[in-house]
Amino acid sequence: MRLTGIVLFMTLLAFAVLCSIAFGTADIPLRHVIGSFTGYSGTQEQLIIRTARVPRALIAASVGACLAVAGALMQVIARNPIASPSTFGVNAGAAFFAVIGAGLLGFESMQAQTWMALAGAGISGLIVFVMGSMGKDGMTPVKITLAGASIAAFFASVTQGYMLTSGKMFDQVLVWLVGSVAGREMNALTAVLPYMGIGMLLALVLSRHLNVLAMGDDIAQGLGQSTARMKGAAALSIILLAGASVAAAGPVAFVGIIVPHVARRIAGSDYRWMIPYCAVLGALLLVTADLGSRYIAMPKEVPVGVMTAVIGVPFFVYIARSGRVTR
Amino acid sequence: MSRYRSLRMDRPRLSFLLERRTTWVLVILALLCAAMMIVSTGIGSLYVSPLEVIRSIAGKGTAAHEVIVNKLRLPRIVIAVLVGASLAVAGAILQGLVRNPLASPDVTGITEGASLGAVLFLFLLGGSVPISWMPVSAIGGAFAVTALLYLLSWRGGVSPLRLVLIGTGLSAAFKSLSYMLIISGPLILTVKSLTFMTGSIYGVSWEKDVYTLLPWVAALLPLAWFQARHVNIQALGDEVAGSAGAHVQRSRLILLLLSVALAGAAIAIGGAISFIGLMAPHMARKLVGSSFGGLLPASALIGAIILLTADLAARTAFSPLDIPAGVFTAAIGAPFFLYMLYRHRNS
Repeated sequence: MRLTGIVLFMTLLAFAVLCSIAFGTADIPLRHVIGSFTGYSGTQEQLIIRTARVPRALIAASVGACLAVAGALMQVIARNPIASPSTFGVNAGAAFFAVIGAGLLGFESMQAQTWMALAGAGISGLIVFVMGSMGKDGMTPVKITLAGASIAAFFASVTQGYMLTSGKMFDQVLVWLVGSVAGREMNALTAVLPYMGIGMLLALVLSRHLNVLAMGDDIAQGLGQSTARMKGAAALSIILLAGASVAAAGPVAFVGIIVPHVARRIAGSDYRWMIPYCAVLGALLLVTADLGSRYIAMPKEVPVGVMTAVIGVPFFVYIARSGRVTR
Repeated sequence: MSRYRSLRMDRPRLSFLLERRTTWVLVILALLCAAMMIVSTGIGSLYVSPLEVIRSIAGKGTAAHEVIVNKLRLPRIVIAVLVGASLAVAGAILQGLVRNPLASPDVTGITEGASLGAVLFLFLLGGSVPISWMPVSAIGGAFAVTALLYLLSWRGGVSPLRLVLIGTGLSAAFKSLSYMLIISGPLILTVKSLTFMTGSIYGVSWEKDVYTLLPWVAALLPLAWFQARHVNIQALGDEVAGSAGAHVQRSRLILLLLSVALAGAAIAIGGAISFIGLMAPHMARKLVGSSFGGLLPASALIGAIILLTADLAARTAFSPLDIPAGVFTAAIGAPFFLYMLYRHRNS
């Protein structure tokens, strides 16, 4: 049942990726689309397909998958259904470090940018996590949410302040700050793919242990699990996944909240299934949202981060109202 | 001699209970604020001594100094005081309402709503409607967000936790909508909107800014003070407040509206200056305790002092660059917030 489901969603994902390659602002007939793979001759249409549409679809798919899995992991270790890279300020930290890296330190290679983003994700995530879990009652939803929101506000305002005083790079950076997969080249993906791969692999390996961890620290320890080591490994995976995603596409919001919620509804709470479902559904969500973002304000494009934020708010509100947070 | 001093009025029937200590703290804070205003007015590319500043304000200085002090520098100083005070009081009320010392207009989406209102104005009406109407749009944005926030967190009453959670969600969504508008527009508007979203009181004038904000602050601050007793009782929790005879939900709405109006008006002029609404009430609470009769005026004065200091740093630290003051309030505010979180780790 779950296997059929995931095969079905993978087929849907493949279809969505194909649609994302075939449709867009430039109207390209289908035979040119196919032609650019079978008989490449370097016409303008084929160039658009190969250098713009294919990287874009693949980046959307990988970023969506990574953010969704990062969100799912965060929700386990925080035991909090509204945990996600965007609400915990991880994305904002990664974005700030990347902007500083490009502007102040003059890093130009995608590789260096990725490291900056990873460092930013790690630092801000750590601050929020430690600050949100201090005290006798441990990590409460209010504490962690406020810590995340404040760290996000801090990094956003310092990033904006830096951009205003340096007075350059408004265009690229702003689009990137909302989260966008448009106009990226293939090397943006190849640079971050190793980190994404390791993070994803780690998440899949961990998924069996997450089932135990989700029962709570006391039970997990009673069953012989080293919860601290498990949480450390999960945190490493989150930083790799979220940092690499931000380096490739900017801080795309809410994917990490929407997708795990949906995946849990479909696949149940067994993490061995939920993690793969998150990956596939996350990829599907971002590819579809990106496809939609080309048509909403045609011929202009809406950054995909705006799309996910608009889709995400109802989810967020629903989860916050459902009472699962306050339990 | 009693620790307390009470102020009573027959008509309207009002009373305030002030600790003697509080009175003194308020007087000292007011003096500090005034001194800061005068010194800060004197500092700039041309230094004017504090005495000369006072003389110029009184109209007895040299002509050159009078122009510099009264025309160029004083509006900015006055705006810093008004904006800082309003944001601080808005934050103090909000923290009392949410019963969480870590809440502020920044994290509940009110700031982002006001920003979106202002950015919308710049992009959609900027060409046709005079810029002096931008505050209306910002305040409108703040109220629209609050209405949405209230509606979405209502489930047989508004619980503080839902208010915070949903607020952060809305905040993120509005921020990305503002960014989207900014990206799609011309560069000149980009700089303007980004400056607004960071918060800056650069280049304000008497006519355009001070006279727009002053009536709001003059009306809302006293009103907030009169409503303060409702915050006191709300702080006891819904059940206790209800059984003590308070209309919990009704006064919660009134207080929220007051807080939003203050924050909206301040943001409309100064932009989204962050963290003042969080810091000032805390410092005030340390000095005068948590009874709102003394807390609100103390917060207002401290908020004014913080913004005066931040703005002074913003225009002198990297001179001749004039950095948005919001960057400095965020730079002080975030470590402060983390410290607060540490202090309140058990509450």
